[in-house]
Amino acid sequence: MIRYIVRRLLQGVLTFFGATFVVYALMFANQDNPLQALAGERPISENVRQALTERYHLNEPFIVQYGYYMRGLFQGDFGTSLTDRKISELLENAWPNTAQLAIMAVIFAAVIGIVAGVVAGIRRASIFDHSTLIITLVLISIPIVVLAPLMQLFFGVELRWFPATAGANPTFYALLLPAMVLGAGSLATYSRLTRTSVVENLRADYVRTAKAKGLTRNRVIGVHVLRNSLIPVITYIGVDLGGLMAGAIVTEGVFNIPGVGSQLFRGITTEDGPLVVGFVSVLVIIFIVANLIVDLLYAVLDPRIRYE
Amino acid sequence: MQVRRFAALAALPVVTSLGLVACGQGGDDASESNPTAIVSIEIAEPQHLIPTNTNETSGSQVLAALFTPLVSYDEANKPVEDAAESISSTDNTAWTIKLKDGYTFHNGEKVTADSYINAWNYGAYAPNGQGNSYFFEKIAGYADLQSTDPDDDGPQTAPTPKANKLSGLAKVDDLTFTVTLTAPYVDFKTMLGYTAFYPLPAAAFASEGVIADGFEEAPIGNGAFKMNGTWQHDAKIEVAVFDAHPGEKPKIAGVEFRIYQQLTAAYADVMSDNLDVLRTIPTENITTAPTDLGDRYATSPASTFQFLAFPTFQEDYSKPEVRKAISMAIDRDAIIKSVFKNSQQSARSFVSPVVGGYREDTCGASCQFNAASAKTAYTAAGGPATIKISYNGDGGHKDWVDATCNQLKTNLGVACTGVAEAKFADLLSKVEKKQDVGMFRMGWVMDYPSMENYLGPIYTTKGSSNYYGYSNPAFDALVTEGTKAADEEAAIAKYQAAEDLLANDMPVIPLRFGQNNFGYSTKVRNVDIDLFQRIDLHKIEAVS
Repeated sequence: MIRYIVRRLLQGVLTFFGATFVVYALMFANQDNPLQALAGERPISENVRQALTERYHLNEPFIVQYGYYMRGLFQGDFGTSLTDRKISELLENAWPNTAQLAIMAVIFAAVIGIVAGVVAGIRRASIFDHSTLIITLVLISIPIVVLAPLMQLFFGVELRWFPATAGANPTFYALLLPAMVLGAGSLATYSRLTRTSVVENLRADYVRTAKAKGLTRNRVIGVHVLRNSLIPVITYIGVDLGGLMAGAIVTEGVFNIPGVGSQLFRGITTEDGPLVVGFVSVLVIIFIVANLIVDLLYAVLDPRIRYE
Repeated sequence: MQVRRFAALAALPVVTSLGLVACGQGGDDASESNPTAIVSIEIAEPQHLIPTNTNETSGSQVLAALFTPLVSYDEANKPVEDAAESISSTDNTAWTIKLKDGYTFHNGEKVTADSYINAWNYGAYAPNGQGNSYFFEKIAGYADLQSTDPDDDGPQTAPTPKANKLSGLAKVDDLTFTVTLTAPYVDFKTMLGYTAFYPLPAAAFASEGVIADGFEEAPIGNGAFKMNGTWQHDAKIEVAVFDAHPGEKPKIAGVEFRIYQQLTAAYADVMSDNLDVLRTIPTENITTAPTDLGDRYATSPASTFQFLAFPTFQEDYSKPEVRKAISMAIDRDAIIKSVFKNSQQSARSFVSPVVGGYREDTCGASCQFNAASAKTAYTAAGGPATIKISYNGDGGHKDWVDATCNQLKTNLGVACTGVAEAKFADLLSKVEKKQDVGMFRMGWVMDYPSMENYLGPIYTTKGSSNYYGYSNPAFDALVTEGTKAADEEAAIAKYQAAEDLLANDMPVIPLRFGQNNFGYSTKVRNVDIDLFQRIDLHKIEAVS
């Protein structure tokens, strides 16, 4: 077990360096004129360009810029963005907001999605089953760029049940609507995955055996069916975390939450290499850890799985 | 049984979250002004909050609260002394600036001549890389504060400049200093209203010429508002009324500048009364804003000028006749009505209506839509059979460029395509390399209200934004003569003569003058926005 975890973490270190290198290279390739991008449509005067170019090493070749960045990283310094702010500070401010949003979205989607999926699976072809199918179909087919402003307009502006935007340091309540919007797509997938898997397992031999042994229906479904049905769902939730971060770019913009999504968006538009790499690095770490946790959860759910 | 309860439990959070929050908001419309209220105003995350480094509207809005400028502008956009007692010159070269007594910075420091001299020296010194440093280039000694990279962005670094102080600035006494320019400049007083010319307290500097760490997080100014806490990045900046300010008192207790990543989010907040003032209505909502906000949707003149530029260095567009014919084939009013829903105004002059000396229709017949004579003139002049219009794809320009292209197709019988470049910087670098981009869109926002601020940068041979290679020595001479004129009136006469030459040469096609489209909540009134897209914080009132 320990050896497995250590091996996975070492793989993670490699992935981390590979990913930052690729992202840095991509940013560099895309980087045309970051100072002008920062200045918008204003011409920047030559002396300013010169001073800033030297300050941010923009005149150096790619590998030297990457070297500066990595050297800083080893000293625990994420570098400074082109707007002269410490990237570590940006990370510190942005991550809690996004983490809170994503966790709320996952919990919302998982609880409702799994419960709806189980119920629909058990009562296949009932009205509940059909209506969940239709609702999830609708949820999956509305892209988040449409759903988010729509929900904001409806629940935030017209009905005023929720604040229209969450802002910085949002309350739980203010984050509820954005989290539901962000979780909506995942919710649909979770419920469909659970349903299929429950339907399949209900027909499995071990379920028949359990029933034949005279176990109560609750025990059969709660322990035998559910536990096995959750494996594909849990796998998906792990992968989906990344999707949620991507969705956060839209949701955070619409609901004005200063998080990872909005910082990444700004970093990309202003060709701010260190800024983007800093945020992506943390994303990579989260991915690696989330997937490790998912893999370890398998063993909890299915005792046949062992890690050596 | 159990399962049914489970389903009900799952549904519960949704039902309660939808139901619980339906508590009403009581609002009584007493129209008393509330001097203890905090007003919230939308801004984007400012890039900087150092006066000499701030040139976008969000940072300027915050600084306008924290600082009182030497001059501000009256209804007619003429400069009037604000923090200055008097600004005078006999020859427009040597200027004497007397400061009003009684002004202090928020930390209690007295505002003196040194506060200005130190701030300006810092701004002008090239290695500090201040975005507004070019504002000081008319002051004597500016050249000595610059240095050029010997191998242009290469491995060698630029040497340290010869001097770190502008020789043109001299202190007379605590409240008086003189500014000597390299050449007479009639609009110097007008220029002093710009953000770059705010003073800085001694507390701003860690040592001579070095801004203290953290000063930018809580700038100390001489204005009617002081920082309340520090700049909360990506969240908000709060300011409160500074009681010791000798000038006019604001009618509110403070302002919360709330930072938004997207205007549409701010728009939703204004509609639901969560935000008091939105400085720009997002384009997506411009059609519905009058109905959404009613009389809380307002407009005012802005200094924006949008135009199409010709690559005059290309043979296709080198003839003024061709350029005039293209201009004549564009129906500006139709595009403004269909694409911009009348949120902008047609432009038929080369400077904006907000500056003194503006005349209507200086472009003459070339800017009047006339499809028939446009086609005749175009054929006679031998204009190109295919036209390209390049624009930056990130700025929402596609619709009007396509509409313009369609008009050119119909009215001139040419093939026309709109080409999107990813960013404005990409477009500019292509233009600078003289690549074939066809016509391209440009825009201009003024720094200070003067005809010269349009004519100089956009059209003179050495203009900082003259990307299209237009050069007319007679025009350059007239603009220079204008800046050296004895008074404003004589200057305007020269500027107008210069503008007349533009009508003849047609280096660009004037298309639209902008206006501010803004909105506010039910909790504020007397909302006014100036030419620099800044809310007037002295006028705004909160309705209690």
